[in-house]
Amino acid sequence: MTDYRHAIIVIIVMGLAVLATRIVPVFIFGRGEKVPEFILYLGRVVPYTAMGLLIVYCLRDTPVLEAPHGIPELISLAVVTATYLWRRNTILSVVIGTALYMFLVQSVF
Amino acid sequence: MRKLTKKDILAAFKTSSPIIVTFLVLGAGYGILMEKHGYGPLWSLLSGIIIFSGTAQFVSVTMLTSGSVIMAFLTSLMISVRHIFFSISMIGRYNNEGRRKPYLYYALCDETYAMLSKDDGPEGVNVSNYRLLVTLFDQSAWVIGSVLGGWIGTLLTFDSTGIDFAMTALFTTVFIQQWIDNKQHLPAILGVAATLACRLILGSDIFLIPAMIIIIGVLTAARGRIEPPATETAGGDAND
Repeated sequence: MTDYRHAIIVIIVMGLAVLATRIVPVFIFGRGEKVPEFILYLGRVVPYTAMGLLIVYCLRDTPVLEAPHGIPELISLAVVTATYLWRRNTILSVVIGTALYMFLVQSVF
Repeated sequence: MRKLTKKDILAAFKTSSPIIVTFLVLGAGYGILMEKHGYGPLWSLLSGIIIFSGTAQFVSVTMLTSGSVIMAFLTSLMISVRHIFFSISMIGRYNNEGRRKPYLYYALCDETYAMLSKDDGPEGVNVSNYRLLVTLFDQSAWVIGSVLGGWIGTLLTFDSTGIDFAMTALFTTVFIQQWIDNKQHLPAILGVAATLACRLILGSDIFLIPAMIIIIGVLTAARGRIEPPATETAGGDAND
């Protein structure tokens, strides 16, 4: 049985975090106050750290020491990277990478 | 009252159309993923209205069933911090939007920001209507896509083992695009290295928050190296 109460709380809490980043700055700086350089700096650079963080988070339970040693992940990530560099098409790379990964973990490894 | 004209609707639709296609497809992927985790189309609808951030919603899928609420909050904050930059840079433009302001800011996602920050729409179009419609079309496409995905997910029964890789793949494409767009690779390397180190040392349950603290700490300490004071870098155009 899925714990739906937890799911609702998580959705609301994550929604509040996203909303805060979109609306609070307007309340604080809406009347023309100068925005601290440091806040603008974080707004510029954090996104470039966040994707790496999320990729590692997604792969956090990959078994590296036991079989299949993360090989399906490595192959699929390589294909995602190669197809993206080739066509620069997010949807194409996500679909091909995911289909390949599903095939590898279900039928090969 | 700013009357909606056919011209406004067509102009907004034209601007939104590439985003609509992308959001329908990615939204459907999210909806299918949600469904395979036990959360049907109504959950995707709810999440698309309350959260409305593609990255945050994709990550939320694995956090809905279990895990720390504080971690979910901080992860969401970290993913969304770029919006601070978007909202601040729209203050001047949105100043006279009156009652439309709350919606315009609430639904200001990356793609909508990219479209509405570059100009005020085509000649002769009511700019306020144009902004409202572009924002609305983009959000609707995402929500409709995710609900359809959830619905398709209930109809299709297949072995969904490994479907979570869609998230990894999506974030990887954004990572590569950011890498290509930027000469400064330190933040990207820092994100991977700090998180990986925390994962290896602390195990797979509690590594995320320490990683965030280290990342913010290093960004603060290394600001002079990452962003030399004299040069102005164009930022805030991260993908979602």
